[in-house]
Amino acid sequence: MEDSRLILSPSPHVRDEDTTQKIMLTVAAALVPVWAAATYFFGLDSIRLVLFSMAAAVCSEALFQAVRRKPITVWDGSALVTGMLLGLSLPPSLPTWMAVFGSFIAIVIGKQVFGGLGANPFNPALVGRAVLVASFTSQMTTWTMPFTDAVTSATPLAGGQASYAELFFGTVPGSLGETSALAILLGGVLLFYRGVLDYRIPVGFLGTAAVLSAVFGQDVIYQLLSGSLLFGAIFMATDMVTSPITPVGRWVFGVGCGLILVLIRFWGSLPEGLTYSILLMNAFTPLINRWTRPRIYGQGVKQA
Amino acid sequence: MKVKSFKGGVHPEYNKHITGAKPIKVLPAPNLVVIPLSQHAGAPAEPLVKKGDSVLVGQEVGRSAGGISAAVHASVSGTVLQVEPRPSINGREVLSVVIENDGQDAKAPMTGHHDPIQLSSAEIRERIEAAGIVGLGGAAFPTAAKLNPPQGCRVEYLLINGSECEPYLTADQKLMEEYTEDVILGAKLLAKACGAEKIIIAIEANKPEALRKMRALAGSNAIEVVTLGVKYPAGGEKQLIKAVLDREVPSHGLPAQCGVLVHNVGTAWAVAKACRYGQPLIERVITVTGDGVKEPANYLVRIGTPIKDIIAAAGGFVGEPGKVIAGGPMMGLAQFNLDAPIVKGVSGILVLSDKVAKEFDPMPCIKCARCVDVCPVYLMPVTIEKFAMNAMWDEAEDYGAMDCIECGCCTYICPSKRGLLTWIRLAKTEIAEAHRRQTS
Repeated sequence: MEDSRLILSPSPHVRDEDTTQKIMLTVAAALVPVWAAATYFFGLDSIRLVLFSMAAAVCSEALFQAVRRKPITVWDGSALVTGMLLGLSLPPSLPTWMAVFGSFIAIVIGKQVFGGLGANPFNPALVGRAVLVASFTSQMTTWTMPFTDAVTSATPLAGGQASYAELFFGTVPGSLGETSALAILLGGVLLFYRGVLDYRIPVGFLGTAAVLSAVFGQDVIYQLLSGSLLFGAIFMATDMVTSPITPVGRWVFGVGCGLILVLIRFWGSLPEGLTYSILLMNAFTPLINRWTRPRIYGQGVKQA
Repeated sequence: MKVKSFKGGVHPEYNKHITGAKPIKVLPAPNLVVIPLSQHAGAPAEPLVKKGDSVLVGQEVGRSAGGISAAVHASVSGTVLQVEPRPSINGREVLSVVIENDGQDAKAPMTGHHDPIQLSSAEIRERIEAAGIVGLGGAAFPTAAKLNPPQGCRVEYLLINGSECEPYLTADQKLMEEYTEDVILGAKLLAKACGAEKIIIAIEANKPEALRKMRALAGSNAIEVVTLGVKYPAGGEKQLIKAVLDREVPSHGLPAQCGVLVHNVGTAWAVAKACRYGQPLIERVITVTGDGVKEPANYLVRIGTPIKDIIAAAGGFVGEPGKVIAGGPMMGLAQFNLDAPIVKGVSGILVLSDKVAKEFDPMPCIKCARCVDVCPVYLMPVTIEKFAMNAMWDEAEDYGAMDCIECGCCTYICPSKRGLLTWIRLAKTEIAEAHRRQTS
């Protein structure tokens, strides 16, 4: 008596409730406090740049998939997150069309040409950002003071001065989402609580940056709170697709990011090294995975 | 109290409340039983009866083929209708003895022992073998063979596995609550048979009543009862040994190689029955549960009872059935033919409604590494999956595919709903096949 109503499939027959889409939306939700802080400090520019970046990212993905006659998968939320991350990493005064261009690059060159979700070796938002920095260097390094449109050349990392409190709350010039440590940490706690953030990468990243800052006689807290380090360590370096999958590998990745960041900050000609530190470590991710394979249960044990 | 656990694992919805408070009911023997000659790991038993023979309850109808094999017995008295291939729970047709129940329950002579602990270890092993006992936890490895540890191995610990970490199932729990004495006696007999110096009974913390009862009796018997943290697969042999003793079974090796034997509580119960009453393994406790069945319950059923009779006894389906699973939701086998009978290694029938038993379309892997984090043998399932998808069997083997215990944690946790375990199983099959070709 074969019963054709019965579903036949291999075990396990139950699944965890979490989905890739939920993970993406969780990241987006964790970015909301950061975006809110950016909007508080930089007003409509924050709304303008982030909204257009997100829209451009989602539209680029849909367009690219439509042209290639592939299923359109923008509902997984990953393009939305990429757009949001890119938007929040831009200076407030950047022209809208440049943000749109950056998003297009992020999605098409950073992600889709490699095969889309999960297949890209580099963090797409950072690819977009790197192309923008290289193409529009002066616009990408033009900063405004919070609550005003006054242009300033001095960010806390580039000759400016700021108190710890100003750095913590975010009343300093900088990219939209990077200035408020408070908002970033709030988002980080949400990610960690929801199991989306592996603590090893940010702890390794920030820890290495802190230790090396101390070693080279820099103000450790100032170094940790200024620039895009905190934003990058929590939201960019932890991108699942482009960071290692082994526990040890995540430590290596975080520490490597910290090393490169400090190298660029202290000796490079750029004031900030976040983008390149993560992109370079992204390139090492496959190797790190290979070199940090966990010991398999029962291997290397002596027989009783 | 200290709770023992292991690295990795998952926390699925346990759903033990559905049947956890329901006492074991005896399910009347069905009109027809189907006794497959292969219910165990190893070689199928050889048939001892033919069409038309009349058989008694407990009569041996299939003889152990020797080595790794086990005898099978009639679970009802009556007439042999056929000895022919019949559908089994693993989807294949298996040579089976089909017996029409005459309702007499006439028993074959059984020789018990009033104080079985007096039996010598060889006598205990003989009785276990004669009773056709196999591991009742699911793997159905012949118990007598397991009690003969490989040369040079000394068994220090006998672990009695009462963790029952599969969600939904409560058969072992009820057995420990209602047949506490038999389980303890069986544990002592097993320990004597394998020469173990110490007995430890491990039970997950979500079975407080079973823990209390076992502890109450174990105290006077110099048996330790250990509380395990609630996490799947706490009852996996390797995970259990790691959690309780902090030892590891060597890769591709046997638990005896680290001085341990693990037996399920159901097996201990069956051993007690075999030694005290001489009763072969012809019945077992199962849980019938899930949102797709009207009256979930714990039943003592005859081996060979068709699944459809069990579902009928439990009040039938609620609405349209989605999935009928022999075993639990993590490692059980989905069924398509409900004529397949209950065999020794089946601890439950789980019926999931079509709402719960939904199928998923896999999404691209986002390398979240949750499968790496939960793997209780510390593999990188996502990497082996990738190798398997590209038919890179050597690389899959290098990454430990053969160490996979098929617990399903990776597939369970995957947010992209990928069938990781299915790919790893494919890799295991291909690797084993390649090894066979090499050696032949």
